[in-house]
Amino acid sequence: MDAITTLPVMSPAAAEIFLAAAAMVLLMFGVFRGGKAQEATSWLAVAVLLVAGGLVMSHGGDTTLAFFGMFKAGPFAQFAKILILAGSILSIIMSRSTFRQDSFERFEYPVLIVLSTLGMLMMVSANDLIALYVGLETQSLALYVIASIRRDTLKSTEAGLKYFVLGALSSGMLLYGSSMVYGFAGTTEFEGLANVFSGLDGQQPSVGLIIGLVFVICGLAFKVSAVPFHMWTPDVYEGAPTPVTALFAVAPKVAALALFLRVLLEPFGALVGEWQQIIALIAVLSMAIGAIAAIVQTNIKRLMAYSSIGHMGYALVGLAAANEAGVSGILVYLALYLFMNVGTFACILSMRRQGRPVEGIHDLAGLSKTHPGMAAMIMIFMFSMAGIPPLAGFFGKWFVFMAAVNAGLFALAILGVIASVIGAFYYLRIVKIMYFDEAEEPLDTAIPGDLKIIMTVMAAVTLLFFIVPAPLVSSAKAAASALFAG
Amino acid sequence: MSDWPLLSLVTFLPLAGALFIALTRGEEEQVAKNARYVALWTSLITFVVSLLIWAGFDPTTADFQFVEKRDWLPDWGIGYHMGVDGISMWFVLLSTLLTPICILSSWEAVQKRVKEYMIAFLVLETLMVGMFCALDILVFYIFFEGVLIPMFLIIGIWGGARRVYAAFKFFLYTLLGSVLMLIAILTMYLQTGTTDIPELMAAGFSTELQTWLWLAFFASFAVKVPMWPVHTWLPDAHVEAPTAGSVILAGVLLKMGGYGFLRFSIPMFPEATEYFAPLVFVLSVVAVIYTSLVALVQQDMKKLIAYSSVAHMGFVTIGMFTLNTQGVEGSIFQMLSHGVVSGALFLCVGVVYDRMHTREIAAYGGLVERMPRYALVFMIFTMASVGLPATSGFVGEFLILMGAFEASTWLAAFAATGLILGAAYMLYLYRRVIFGVMDKEALKQILDLSPREIAIFAPLIILVFWMGIYPSTFLDIMSVSVDHLISNYKVALGDAGVAVAAR
Repeated sequence: MDAITTLPVMSPAAAEIFLAAAAMVLLMFGVFRGGKAQEATSWLAVAVLLVAGGLVMSHGGDTTLAFFGMFKAGPFAQFAKILILAGSILSIIMSRSTFRQDSFERFEYPVLIVLSTLGMLMMVSANDLIALYVGLETQSLALYVIASIRRDTLKSTEAGLKYFVLGALSSGMLLYGSSMVYGFAGTTEFEGLANVFSGLDGQQPSVGLIIGLVFVICGLAFKVSAVPFHMWTPDVYEGAPTPVTALFAVAPKVAALALFLRVLLEPFGALVGEWQQIIALIAVLSMAIGAIAAIVQTNIKRLMAYSSIGHMGYALVGLAAANEAGVSGILVYLALYLFMNVGTFACILSMRRQGRPVEGIHDLAGLSKTHPGMAAMIMIFMFSMAGIPPLAGFFGKWFVFMAAVNAGLFALAILGVIASVIGAFYYLRIVKIMYFDEAEEPLDTAIPGDLKIIMTVMAAVTLLFFIVPAPLVSSAKAAASALFAG
Repeated sequence: MSDWPLLSLVTFLPLAGALFIALTRGEEEQVAKNARYVALWTSLITFVVSLLIWAGFDPTTADFQFVEKRDWLPDWGIGYHMGVDGISMWFVLLSTLLTPICILSSWEAVQKRVKEYMIAFLVLETLMVGMFCALDILVFYIFFEGVLIPMFLIIGIWGGARRVYAAFKFFLYTLLGSVLMLIAILTMYLQTGTTDIPELMAAGFSTELQTWLWLAFFASFAVKVPMWPVHTWLPDAHVEAPTAGSVILAGVLLKMGGYGFLRFSIPMFPEATEYFAPLVFVLSVVAVIYTSLVALVQQDMKKLIAYSSVAHMGFVTIGMFTLNTQGVEGSIFQMLSHGVVSGALFLCVGVVYDRMHTREIAAYGGLVERMPRYALVFMIFTMASVGLPATSGFVGEFLILMGAFEASTWLAAFAATGLILGAAYMLYLYRRVIFGVMDKEALKQILDLSPREIAIFAPLIILVFWMGIYPSTFLDIMSVSVDHLISNYKVALGDAGVAVAAR
C-alpha cells in the first residue's frame, strides 16, 4: 500500500491542474462581481489560458507519465495542446464583440470555455481509457451548456439539446466499447492494452475485443463529426450562437482528433489491420459527404459544418495511413485548419446588416465592392480550404496524402483528391458570390477592431505560409516521431 | 551581374508590383490610373530583366542555367530550386512579353475594378514565370496550380455574359486533371526521396510504375494543352474571358501542358512515352481534323480562334511525341509561334469588340474600307496562323510535319489535312470580317487602330516575321537541350530494350 502514501507525480499535468483551479476562481470572481462581469472574466480567462500555454510549453521535449501512468505528456500532446489553447483563446476574444453587440452578458461563458479546454487537454494527455472518458466528459458537458447558452432563443436551446442527446449517445457507445475492451483485455491502461495486443502475435483477436474497438471508434467518430456520425454537426453549428460555432469548429475538433489518433495508434496500434479499413471508409465518406452536401447549403454556418466534416475526412486519411508521416500530416493539417477556420469565423462574425447578424451565403453578394479587404480575406480562406497552392491549405493536403501514398493507400488518396475537386466547387461558389455577383443590400462596414485584427493575421498566415513552412511542419514531425517513439 | 538571382527576380518582380498596387489608396479614378501605369512599368521592367536571361544564356550546354537552390523544407529534402534550359527559357520570355501587351490592351477595355485586374495579371505573371523556371516538382506544382486562382478571377469578374459558367468549368476541369498529377508526384517523391527535377530525370522508374505515372501526368497536361476530348473547357473560357485573359490563356497557359510533357512525361517516363505515343497521335490527329471542322462552322470569332488553338496544339503534341529533332524542335517552335499568333488574333478580335461590343462574325463585313491598317494587321496574323512561308507559323508546322513524316507517313498525311482546313477556316473568317460590302449601319463610324493599339501589335508583327525569316535565333538556343532530351530518351529506351532482351 505504498502507492497510497506517495503523492503522484503531478508536474507534467501542471497546466491542467492550473486550469481546474483557475476555472473555480474565475467562477467565484464572476459570481461575486455580478452584473457586468463578462468583459473582465473574458480577459481573465484569456490570461489563464495563456498561462496554461506557458506551462505546457515549459514542459521539456521528453515524454513523461504522471498519476501512475494515467496521464502522459510529451511533444505530441504539447503540439496538440498549444493548438487547442490557441483555438480557445481566439474564440473567447472573438465572442466579446458579438455578445456585446447583441447585448448578451454571461460571465459563465468564458468560465465554461476554460472548463471545456481543461477537458480537451486531458483528452490529449489521457493514457488510460478511464482518464480518456473523464477528459471527454469534462469537455462535452461544458460544451453542451455553451451550445445552449442563449437559452432565450429557440435555436440555441435546440442546438444544445441535440448536441447533448447525440453526444451522450456517443459517450455511451464509447463507454460501452471501453468496458468490452476491458473485459476482454483485462486492463484499461494504454500501455497494458498495447502489450496485450502486441502479444497476440498475429493471432486473430477475440470478437468481443473487435466489437469493443468498433464501439470506441464509433464514439470517437461522433466527436470528430466524421460520416456516418456527422448528423448533429450542421444543426448544432447552425443553431448555436456564432461565437460558439467558432469555438466548436476548432478546439474540440483538434482535441478529439488528437485523442482519436492516440487511441488507435497507441493501445490499438497492433490491431491496425482491424481498424485501418474502418478509418479509410470513414475518411472517404466524410470527404465525399462533406463536399457534396455542402454544395446545396444556403446558410454559411451549415456550410462551414459540412466543410469541417470534409476536413476531418482529410485528416482521417492521415490516420488511416497509420504511420509517422500520417500523424505529422494530421498535426500540420490541424494547425492550418485552425488558422483558416478561425479566420473564416472572424469574417462570419463580422457579417451584420443594420446591426443584426446575418448568416445566409447570399448575404455575401457583392462583398468585394463594399468590403474589398474582407472579401479578399474570405477568398484566401476559401481557396486555402479548397487546397489550392500556394495557400496554406494545400500543404495540409500534401502531407496527409503523402502519408496515404506512403502507406500504399492509393485508392484512398485518389478518392480524396477527387473529393477535394468536388469540394472546390462550393468554396468557389462563395468566391463567385462575393466577386461575380452584384450586391443587393450592403453589409455594415463597421467591423469590430479585434475581429479585424484576427482575420487579418489569419489571412496573412494562410497566404504567406508557403514562404517559411519549415518551422511548423518540422515541429509537427518531431511531435509525431515522439508519439511513435513510445 | 551573373551572381544575381535573375530567375527569382523575374519571377517575383511582378509580385512586388502587385503589392505596390494593392497598397495604393485614394480616389477611384486616380487609383485606376496609377494601377495601370504601375502594372505596365512593372511588366516592362520584368521583360527587360528577362532579356538578360537570354543575353546570358549559354546555348552550348544542355545543363540548367542560372540555377538557384535554397532550403525550403529541409526535413523532407524539398528545396526551392530554379533554373532554365534551352526549352524553358523561351517560355519565360514569352510570358514576360505577353504580359505587358495584355496590360496595354486592357488600358481602355477594362474600366471596372482596374486595381484588382492589374493585381491579378501581375500575380498571374509571377506564377507563369515561376512555373517555367521551377526545378523542384513541388515548387512547379505550386506555381502550376496557383495559376488557376488569378485566371478564375479574371474570367469570372471581367468576362462576358456566361463568365461564371466558363470560370467554374475552367477551374474544375483543370483542377481535376492536376490533382491526379499530385498523387503521381507524391508517388515519385516517396520512391526516390527527392522532388528535385534533375534528380528525378535521372531516377528511372519501373516500367509498370511509369505507365501509371505517365497517365496521371497526362490527365493533367492533356487538359491543359488541351487535347481532344478534354478540350471543351477551352472554347468556353476563351469566349467569356476578357481579351487579355484570352491572350494569356492561349499564349501561355496552353503551353504549360506542352511544357509539362517535355519536362516530365518524356524524360522521366520514356518507356511509357514510347508505349503511349500512338494514343497521343490518334488524339492529336482527331483534334487537328475535328476541331478544324468545328472551327469552320463557328459564328463567334473568339470561339473560332479558340478551336483553331486546339487544332494547333494538336500539331504540337504530334511533333513532341515523334521524339526526333525536327518534331520536338518544331513543336516548341510552334508553341512559341502559336503563343504570339493566337495571342495577336485574340487582340485583333478585341480591337473590334471594344468598338462594337459583339463577337458575332455576321455583325461585321467590309472593315477594310474603314480600317485599312487593321485589315493589314489581321491579315498578317491570319497568314501566320495558316502557316504561310516567311511567317512564324510556317517554320513550326513544317518542322512538325517533317518529324511526323519520319515517324509515320500516315501521321504526316492526316496532320497535313489540318493545314488545309486551317487555311479554310481562317481565310473564311477573314473574308467575312474584312472583305465584302460594308452594309451594316453601325460599322460606318468605326475607327482604325489607335497609336496604342499599333504599339501593341508592332512587337508581335516583328516577332512573327523574325521567327518566320530567321528561325535560327530561336532554334539554336533550344537545339542542344532538345538533342539532350532526345538522346537521353533513346538511351533510356535502349537500356530498357537491353533489359528485356537479357531476360
